[in-house]
Amino acid sequence: MSGTPLTAAACGLLSCHVCGLVSKAPPEGTTGHCPRCSARLHRRKPDSVARAWALLSAAYIMYLPANLLPIMETGSLFGSQNDTILSGVIYLWHSGSWDLAVVVFIASIMVPFLKMVALTLLLVSVQRRASWLPVQRTKLYRLVELVGRWSMLDIYVVTILAALVQLGSLATITAGPAALAFGAVVVLTMFAALQFDPRLIWDPLQKERTEHD
Amino acid sequence: MSNPLPLIACHECDLLQREVPAPPGRVVRCGRCGAELYRSAHATVDRPLAFSLAAAVLFIVANAYPIVGLAMQGTRKETTLLGAVHALWSQEMHLISALVFLTTLLVPAIELAVMIHLLLALQRGRTPAGFTQIMRVLQSVSPWGMVEVFMLGILVALVKLTHFAQVIPGIALWTFGALILLMAAAAASFDIRDVWDRASRTRREDSP
Repeated sequence: MSGTPLTAAACGLLSCHVCGLVSKAPPEGTTGHCPRCSARLHRRKPDSVARAWALLSAAYIMYLPANLLPIMETGSLFGSQNDTILSGVIYLWHSGSWDLAVVVFIASIMVPFLKMVALTLLLVSVQRRASWLPVQRTKLYRLVELVGRWSMLDIYVVTILAALVQLGSLATITAGPAALAFGAVVVLTMFAALQFDPRLIWDPLQKERTEHD
Repeated sequence: MSNPLPLIACHECDLLQREVPAPPGRVVRCGRCGAELYRSAHATVDRPLAFSLAAAVLFIVANAYPIVGLAMQGTRKETTLLGAVHALWSQEMHLISALVFLTTLLVPAIELAVMIHLLLALQRGRTPAGFTQIMRVLQSVSPWGMVEVFMLGILVALVKLTHFAQVIPGIALWTFGALILLMAAAAASFDIRDVWDRASRTRREDSP
């Protein structure tokens, strides 16, 4: 027994997802409530994988219009110009602010994409009950949760620009249709990450161990 | 069922562990996956309360004054956060406008109000009214407060603008910077687990 890490689930215990209190699991087939905060108890987040897949698929779809449609429309005396996220980055690069170009490129293009790839990897590995590198996969999940919010950057940039640059015929900036798609990608991937239950990464290890014993 | 077990189950890998004593403010991590289990509590809640109160004052200032102004060929334009939200709304970008309003205004406001209400009661040794509901609201709302991302967004926008107009930083720009630091300090000195423990202790004293 000593040296074998024990999970709460293996001991017939559940931790409350609201207050964290560990309590006895209710008998099979009944729903229990936390003795401290009376929240409904779940062994794992309900339908975690299916819900995360649904949200993630929607995010993949929205990623296309987010990058292909213009996020910002600039109008002035000299004509109008439509900017996609990528062309905005290129503009920053050519105008000498290469550091900001890198920040925006990472926050708006790389992070959302890598986040979706990471969530896909986590979901596939959990569905196949993989037991490889659980610590690293948990760290990957933590990174996805930590970094996701920073993708909102471009939405805020457009917000400020659209509010400020309303100088009549000199220059006006309005938000383009990609802003909506991009916002949807950020919100959908955040919800997908919230739905994913990292404890599912560790469950196959427990099974393996009990089978060996 | 009445006695809570002195155990912690890691919320990321479900490993059962015992609470260990640690100096106040120190983060205790899961022995298997390294997730943050809890932050060892200070004797009082004065610290997070002070930070939250200061943050609330700055939050009001940050929203009352313009963030940035723009001067170009004699015309001048400046905007507050709410003004920017309103501008998006009037450009028929309703959903984006609502998203910005939620993440930079409503959620931080709820978070600050709820924390102050909670901590004021705990400081006087009482359980605040509607405690469990408040904790649930706080938990579900907190991933969506994005003031620090908004701040970076302002900076990027400013750099884009400096190329073709004169940019005038407003009072709220500096206030937002300070607000982020205070909110981070409040969050770092506030531990959800400790709040639950305090509340259940005061409850038990209320009804012996």
